[in-house]
Order: sequence, then structure tokens, then C-alpha cells
Amino acid sequence: MVSNPAEANIVLSEVEFEVVGKRPIRPDGVDKVTGRAQYGADINLSGLIHGKVLRSPHAHARIKSIDTSKAEAYPGVRAVVTAKNLPFASLSKEDLGGDYMRLKFASDHVLASDKVLFKGHPVAAVAANNPHVAEEAIKLINVDYEVLPPVLDVLEAMKDDAPLLHEELRTTSLGETSEKPSNIAAHLRYEKGDAEVGFAAADVVVEKEFRTAAVHQGYIEPHNGTAFWNTDGQLSIWTSTQGAFAVRGSVADVLRQPVSKVKVTPMEIGGGFGGKITAYLDAIAALLSQKSGAPVKVVMSRVDVFEASGPAPATWMKVKIGATKDGKFTAVKAELSFEAGAYPGSPVMQGMMCSFGCYDVPNGLIDGYDVVVNKPKTAAYRAPGSPQAAFGVESVVDDIAHQLGIDPIEIRLLNAAKEGTRRIEGPVANRIGLVECLEAARDHDHYKKPLGPGQRGRGVACGYWMNRSFSSSLSMTVNYDGIVTLIMGSVDIGGTRASIAQQTAETLGIAYENVKPTVVDTDSIGYTFITGGSRTSFATGWAAIEAAEEVKKLMVARAARIWDTSEDDVEYADGVIQHRSDPELRMTFKDLARQLANTGGAITGSANVEPAGEGNGYAVHLVDVEVDPETGKTDILRFTAVQDAGKAVHPSYVEGQMQGGAVQGIGWALNEEYFFDDKGQMMNSSFLDYRMPTSLDLPMIDTVIVEVANPGHPYGVRGVGEAAIVPPMAAIANAINGAAGVRLNSLPMTPGNVLDALSGDGQ
Amino acid sequence: MEWIDFATPKSVSEAVEMMASKGDRARAMAGGTDVLVQLRGGRRSADLVVDMKEIPELNELSYSAQNGLTLGAAVPCYRIYQDKAVIDNYPGLIDAASLIGGIQIQGRASIGGNLCNAAPSGDSIPPIIALSGVANITGPNGNRQVPVEDFCTGPGQNVLQNGEILVSLTIPAPQPHSGANYLRFIPRNEMDIAVAGVGTSVLLDASGQNFVSARISLASVAPTPVFSQAAGDSLAGKAVSDEAIQEASEKAMADAKPINDMRGTVRQRVHLVGVLTRRTLNNAIQRARGG
Ligand SMILES: Cc1cc2nc3c(=O)[nH]c(=O)nc-3n(C[C@H](O)[C@H](O)[C@H](O)COP(=O)(O)OP(=O)(O)OC[C@H]3O[C@@H](n4cnc5c(N)ncnc54)[C@H](O)[C@@H]3O)c2cc1C
Repeated sequence: MVSNPAEANIVLSEVEFEVVGKRPIRPDGVDKVTGRAQYGADINLSGLIHGKVLRSPHAHARIKSIDTSKAEAYPGVRAVVTAKNLPFASLSKEDLGGDYMRLKFASDHVLASDKVLFKGHPVAAVAANNPHVAEEAIKLINVDYEVLPPVLDVLEAMKDDAPLLHEELRTTSLGETSEKPSNIAAHLRYEKGDAEVGFAAADVVVEKEFRTAAVHQGYIEPHNGTAFWNTDGQLSIWTSTQGAFAVRGSVADVLRQPVSKVKVTPMEIGGGFGGKITAYLDAIAALLSQKSGAPVKVVMSRVDVFEASGPAPATWMKVKIGATKDGKFTAVKAELSFEAGAYPGSPVMQGMMCSFGCYDVPNGLIDGYDVVVNKPKTAAYRAPGSPQAAFGVESVVDDIAHQLGIDPIEIRLLNAAKEGTRRIEGPVANRIGLVECLEAARDHDHYKKPLGPGQRGRGVACGYWMNRSFSSSLSMTVNYDGIVTLIMGSVDIGGTRASIAQQTAETLGIAYENVKPTVVDTDSIGYTFITGGSRTSFATGWAAIEAAEEVKKLMVARAARIWDTSEDDVEYADGVIQHRSDPELRMTFKDLARQLANTGGAITGSANVEPAGEGNGYAVHLVDVEVDPETGKTDILRFTAVQDAGKAVHPSYVEGQMQGGAVQGIGWALNEEYFFDDKGQMMNSSFLDYRMPTSLDLPMIDTVIVEVANPGHPYGVRGVGEAAIVPPMAAIANAINGAAGVRLNSLPMTPGNVLDALSGDGQ
Repeated sequence: MEWIDFATPKSVSEAVEMMASKGDRARAMAGGTDVLVQLRGGRRSADLVVDMKEIPELNELSYSAQNGLTLGAAVPCYRIYQDKAVIDNYPGLIDAASLIGGIQIQGRASIGGNLCNAAPSGDSIPPIIALSGVANITGPNGNRQVPVEDFCTGPGQNVLQNGEILVSLTIPAPQPHSGANYLRFIPRNEMDIAVAGVGTSVLLDASGQNFVSARISLASVAPTPVFSQAAGDSLAGKAVSDEAIQEASEKAMADAKPINDMRGTVRQRVHLVGVLTRRTLNNAIQRARGG
């Protein structure tokens, strides 16, 4: 295995670049460490007033009436709104036709009209001169509820006699729509070969059921939204989001406005991980602004964030794998039932796509169910759907390896997906790096080192995320001082201002410091898809490369004009513009920039791209644990994360993504869960009782970056944000099995659950 | 909008007067790490918050071999675990003082506040019960003393009447061949509420081989901290042995009456009381033997 002498933890790096692959300082660094960065809640407009949301105390209830008169009369209150103020209230089913259900769900999620479907569901909002008055005033709103029995578990909700969340919801099953109302929104299936034939040919078959709890992304910054709806009809929004255009789209949708009437300015964002795509507060702030005539800011509390933003779904799964006695998989099967929360739309399809994404299997059958329950509507969380599926699949793979006496990495190598592998849902893999990741894990010092004394175990698991592309817009201008200002629509969560500036600098052949990136509002750049799905460094990076190529062409043309020669005689190489045959005619990028002013003005390159060729992402994790047999507590002793980055544009940020994903996965594995009582009240809506790992619960997460260049990107880039959260749960379950001799099939693997398993009557 | 008045009395009598003037609408505040969180979260309300940090008696931390330790009710944890006399004489108290919260919380949080807050999970209460601590209370009707095991009356409730404040805690000087320890179980390594906790103290004879007496107290397994007298008494006069320790741990388990909640189940908590009783007894014995 080739390793890079300058970067000891990077293997297989084949190509060296000038700027791509280096570790420069991030452009947003100074503002963040000095506390000057403007996050969503920092916005302060003249005349700003404050909104508070009244939320449902019940998980399931019919709204019989809402009386806001006392709140409206309270001194200092400027506006009160309910679902009646949303356009949906005055549109008929006939007006909306096929769009009716979709808009009803979207509108009701913003402010409930007929029913509340989860504890924390917004029912009304107040804007007042200060947040304290608003808080007092929402207590004066009188809502008359008819409380209904909630359904809080995916399997319960799928039963025929389960309480129904939506009387109008029908199951879409393999293209057909059911007659009867149901909580099952969709049944999906992927199939390859014939699974039954494959199982018949197997020497060993393992089938198990798994459960995972709902977990939250746990970003530090609560949701916020500030809106000013001007009398000219222009609506301006300032918010923390992963996608300004996504907010624009959903606000315009529920407020029935053309998108160009809505301008969204993305503020600095304090974490998202998929959870800051849905617009929870922006439309509410807009309605309050419309009514009051003032700009209105609404900010969630931490309790609101837990109860009313979108966690990752709880799931029930059944996984079956058959293998020959030498370990080759003959067939795989999975059934995935995901809780969508109050409205349809869990990531069950992505879970299905990812479940066996690590393997080359001849026969496979995957069924998925999207099921509504009385919990907050789930949202994306890093590699949505994949971590849950991998917990089941990678646990079963480990059991097969055990039964056959095969090393867990070897069995994965034996069955690993590689270039040319057709996945169960159809696509054929391009050049991918799973085998290289498994080899790097196998060859790592961590895998060779004896575990030492005590109840210790070592676990391995791999993970897959397809990675995404979608559209990005970007423009760049060459200033007269040679600095290139980069304007983009991609919100920066994980260091993309740096990684895109690096790709720009690389393409232009100039220094990273001479590129100045800015994230702008939706009026200032073309449509750009969210920052998510591990797409931004890939797709917006691609836009930067294309725009930079245009700049190079324009610089050549300008030089040709200055030198009064043909463009064909001028070439651009390594940031220098020169005449092909006359060595006297030569300008650096900066030299030419200085001459732009009086030779035709600034130069701007721009690109709108939707590149094909995103490269699949793979990760392999190794973990050593120690289990205290008396308390059931699991300590993570050592953790190594291996991942194929294609090309690590900024290795430090790639390592950060790998470590962050691993840590979130450790929390998901050991302690994090939404804990509901039987009425659907979340009992642990604080960081005290929603137990994310602290620094004292974690060892240093070692990283190995594997670089198997993505042939679909000029610098070989793949996304790196997601795959790292996929393996930890199964890796830790496999390690606990090794340490304590108990296999936990349910997350989280809390000390209490481990104790129960040890005493033989757990799950 | 809620208005809350804030006062900073300079003497015990001034504080008592202020507290009495507002009855149950007055709230004492030492470090504020419980009370401010509760007021903000709407779990308590008050018209007057009375700061205890500027009253000399409440900030006293002194030790003498004769009177033992006087621990002012507002003394923050960091002063306790940095104090030479406490380090030398009360390692069992340091176990708790260095466990509550993190550095920032320990800069404010007091043992007095931990006790008055009367949470079943309060980490300093079992070790103080094990160390035979006494609460010194002053109110409109004068002074009184209450053994710490009798101080808490329910979750968030204590024996203090309107107008009364906790001035200090007294902990007797340790006898030769004695030792104490507190351990709690939490699922993480920091920043958590005890699923169960056990504080023990033991007095051994000069040989170090026999128990003279022992006191055992439990956290998070009942509406109040539990003084498990039966568990401690079962050790008196016995030789130090795994069997004796096992028997005491079973007695402690029998005194645990926990509930199921998001932090743990009944079964897990009772089981943990057994584990932690054995572990703390062994640690306390080691300390008693000078180890
Ligand atoms: C982040 C965090 C972590 C924490 N971790 C732990 C932990 O690990 N273990 C643990 O046990 N606790 C923990 N706590 C809770 C809290 O810090 C402790 O209970 C602390 O000891 C309280 O002390 P205080 O001085 O801040 O009390 P305060 O908040 O000032 O007061 C607590 C209560 O006692 C009353 N009171 C205070 N002084 C007097 C007095 N002199 N007379 C009468 N009444 C009085 C107050 O009115 C109030 O009801 C934590 C809290 C936070 C915020």
C-alpha cells in the first residue's frame, strides 16, 4: 500500500496537487474563534420584535377550537397567528387537486390546523415587543383539544387496528394505492436475482431482528428564523440552514408565493448534520411579520429542538444472510420499517439502498416501509437510513464470520463491492475504495495489537453512502488586485468555503490566500441545492473548477487583446499568462489583474452545474471496548476510522468529518435515544438526559484517509460527510459481543441493556 | 413577565429576616447552579432570591481535631477539594465535591446547596450521611441542629421552615482507622445524574482486620437519600471479609426502593446498589488501613 510521506495517515494518494490536499487556514476561522461570526440568533434589525410558538402538550389530539383573544389583548403583543393565517386554510381540495395532501402536510407541519400529531407540534404563535411578553402571551391562548390515543411504535402503527394519524393517508405499495387508510405511507422493494434460490444454496443462514431508537443530530445551535415581509410584497428571511434555496422553496410553497418574492439569507450555521434542511420557524416568522408589519425573530429552546425538530427515525428491521462454508454470500434479504414521525417521508429508501451497499451479492430482496407515528417528523441525519440498516447487516455479517470461523475483515473482503458490482437497487459501481479501506484496516497496527487483559473485545464494521451531486451555482470575479472573490450558494457547515477556495486556487494556479469565498443570499446567485449528502465539495467544487476554467479563457482573451495578438497564441499555465512563441510577453495572474481596469474591466466566470460522476463513499471502523460485567458499562478504549475520500481536498477537515461521524455513531450506539412515556411525552429533552458522549467518554479517534480517486471528478474528490457515521453501531455491537459474549440487537446498548443481556433475559 | 427581586444580605440575621418576610416566595441562593436552572425552567418560582455568598458564617471552612469540620453552607466545591485539612481528613467528601458538575460548576456549587436542593441523586448527601454530618439551621425562632440523614423529606423538599436557612454543616473529626468513599454509577464518564450512588464509612479496630462500625447511605434509589442503617450495622463487630461485605450489600439492596425512569430501571438500580456498596466498602477499608 502506497503511503504519503508527508501525511502518514493518507494511503494510496496517487496524485499530488499544489493546493488541493494541503491544510490551509479556514476563511471563517477568525470570526468564529473571536466570537464575531453572525449566527442565526445574532441578527438584529431595526424595529425587531420577538416571536414565540405555542406547542401541543399532546402527542395526538384533535383541535376543537383555539381562542387567541386574551393573548391579542395582552400589552406588548403585536401579532398572533394560527393555521387559519396560512393560505392552505382558504384553499379548497378542488383548487389543489393532486397537490392537496402534500400541501396539507407541509402547512400542518408549520402550524397544525385540524390535528396535532406530536408533542411540540406548533399550534399558534405570538409576536411581541420582547421575548418575555411573547412567552407570557402564549400562555393566554386557549386551545380546546380532544385527546386521542397516540401510536408510538413502528410495528404498532402498522397494525390494522392502530389509531390513524391521517384519515386521508393511503399506502402506496409497489406502485399501487390502497383503498383503506393506513399509517403505512409506502411500501418499497428492491430485488436482484432470486433470494430464495440463493438461501437454498447456502451452508449457513443467519436471520435476526433489530431495533434502533430515534436519535437527534445534536447540533449546538437551536433553530431560528427571522422574517420581514415588506409592504411591497418582498419577504426577506435570515436563518440558519443547510440550504437557503430549500428554505426559500418551502416558505414560498406554504405561503403560496413565487420564489422570487422570497429572499433567504443564510446566516453562519452552528451545526446541522441533516437536521437543518426543514424550515420550521421561517414561515411562522413571516406570518407574524405580515401581521405586525415589523421584522420578527423566532428562536427555539433546546426542548423545542428535541421535541419539534426532526430526529433520525427509530426502526425495526429483519436481516437475513446466507453464505457458503467458505464465506461467500449466496443471498441477502432485509425488511426495514422506519418511523417517519408525524408525516410521511422517512429515509427508508436510502436505508434500503445502503443496506447491502458494501457487498457484491448475487441474490437480494429488500422491502421497506415508511410508517407514520405520533412523534416529530423525522429529518435527515448524516447518511440518512444507512446507519440503522448497517447496524443490522453488519451484525449479521459478523455472526456469519463467527459461525464459519473466518476473520471478520477477510469475510468482508471476500464479499466486498468493487468496480463493476451491480447493487441490488440497480446501479453498477464505478471505481470504489472499499477493498482498499478493508486492507488498510487489516494492515493497521490497531488490528494487529493484542487486546490486553479484562473483558475486552474488538469490533469491525463497514459502511456505505452513495454520495450525492445535484445542482450548484457559483461565480467568481477577478479583482484588480488579483484577489478572486468567490460567490456561492452552498452554505458552509464542514469547511467548504476552504475546500472550494482550494479547488479554485488549484485550477487557476494561484495561491489559496488569493481566493476569498463568500456564501450569499438567494437573490445573489443561482439555485444551489442544500449542503448535505456529501455533495458540496464535489458538486460546488465542480462548479468552481468550471467557473475558473472560464476565467482562464477570459484572462487569455484579455492578454491577447493587450498584446494585440490572437487568443490562439496565448496560453495559461500555473497562474501565468504567456505568449506561446514570444517569451517577452508574459504576465502573472496578478500582473494581468492590475491591467484589467483600463482594458475592459473586471472578469467574471460563472457556472451552473449538475455533475454526474459522484463517487460512492466507504468507511471501515475498528473499535476496542471494555465491558464492566458488574455494571454493564462499555468503555471505548481505541477507535480507528478508515475512509475513502477519493482525494482529501483539506485533510484536516476530512479527518474532522471522520472523527465527528465516529463520535456521533458512538453516542447512537451506547446512550442516545428519544425516551417517550406511554403518552408520547419525551422524557429526556435536555443534554443532561439525552446522553451524547462527552470528551471524557472518548479516546482519540485515529483516522486513515484512503485515496482511491473518483474518476468522476477532476481532482478525484468523493464526499466524506456521511459514510463515517455508518459503521460505529455495528462495530461496537460486534466488539461488545467479543468482550462480554452477548449480542445486542437493539440500540442503544446502554449499561442497563447490557446488564439485562448478561443476565440472559434482555432482548 | 415575571419580576424577581434579588438581595445580598451580609449577616445571618439579615438573611433570616429577608427570608421570613417573603415566606415561601423567598428562595435562598448559594451557587445558584440548581436554583437558577429551576427558576429559568419554570420548575420553581420566587419573588425574592436571597444570595448567601456574602454572609461570613456561610463561607466558613475550618477544621479542628476537637470540633471536626465546619463547612459553611455556601462554600463552593473547589474550595473544599483544595483545602488541606479536608484532603487529609475527609477523602470521602472530596469524592463527592470533585464529582459534582465540571470545573465551572464546581467554582459555584456548594454542598449546602446540594443538600438543600434535596434531590434523591444529590452526590454529596450520602457521603455526608456516612460521615455523620449534622446540619446547623438558623431561623426566626433561633438555631437548631438536624442530622443530615433526617434533613431531606421528599424530592426537592427538606426540613427547613419558612425563614430558616442552612448555615453550615458539621462533620465530626475522623477517628483513627476510619475511612470513607463515595461512588456513583452514570452511563457516561461525566456530566450525568447518578443512576445509583453509595457512600460508606467504616471504622476498623487497631488491627485493621475487624469492623467496629460502619455507615452506608444510598443515592437515587428512593424519594430521598437513604440511610441504610441495617447495612452498616450488619458489619459492626465482624471480621473484614468478602462474606460480611456481601451481606452488607444485600442489606443495602433491600433498603433501595427505586423507580423506573429514563435514567434506569428498578432492577438495574437495586443491582447497582449491591455493586457500589461492595466497591465503596472495599475502598473505605483500604483508606482506613492507610492505603
Ligand atoms: C451542569 C450541571 C452539572 C451538575 N452536576 C451535578 C452532579 O454531578 N451531582 C450533583 O449532585 N449535582 C449536580 N448538579 C446540581 C447542582 O450543581 C448541585 O446540586 C449543587 O451542589 C447545588 O449547589 P448550589 O450552591 O449551586 O445551590 P443553589 O442552586 O444555590 O441552591 C440549591 C437549593 O438549595 C437552596 N439553598 C441554597 N443555599 C441555602 C441555604 N443556605 N439555606 C437554605 N436553602 C438554601 C436553594 O434555595 C435551592 O433550592 C449539576 C448542575 C449543573 C447545572
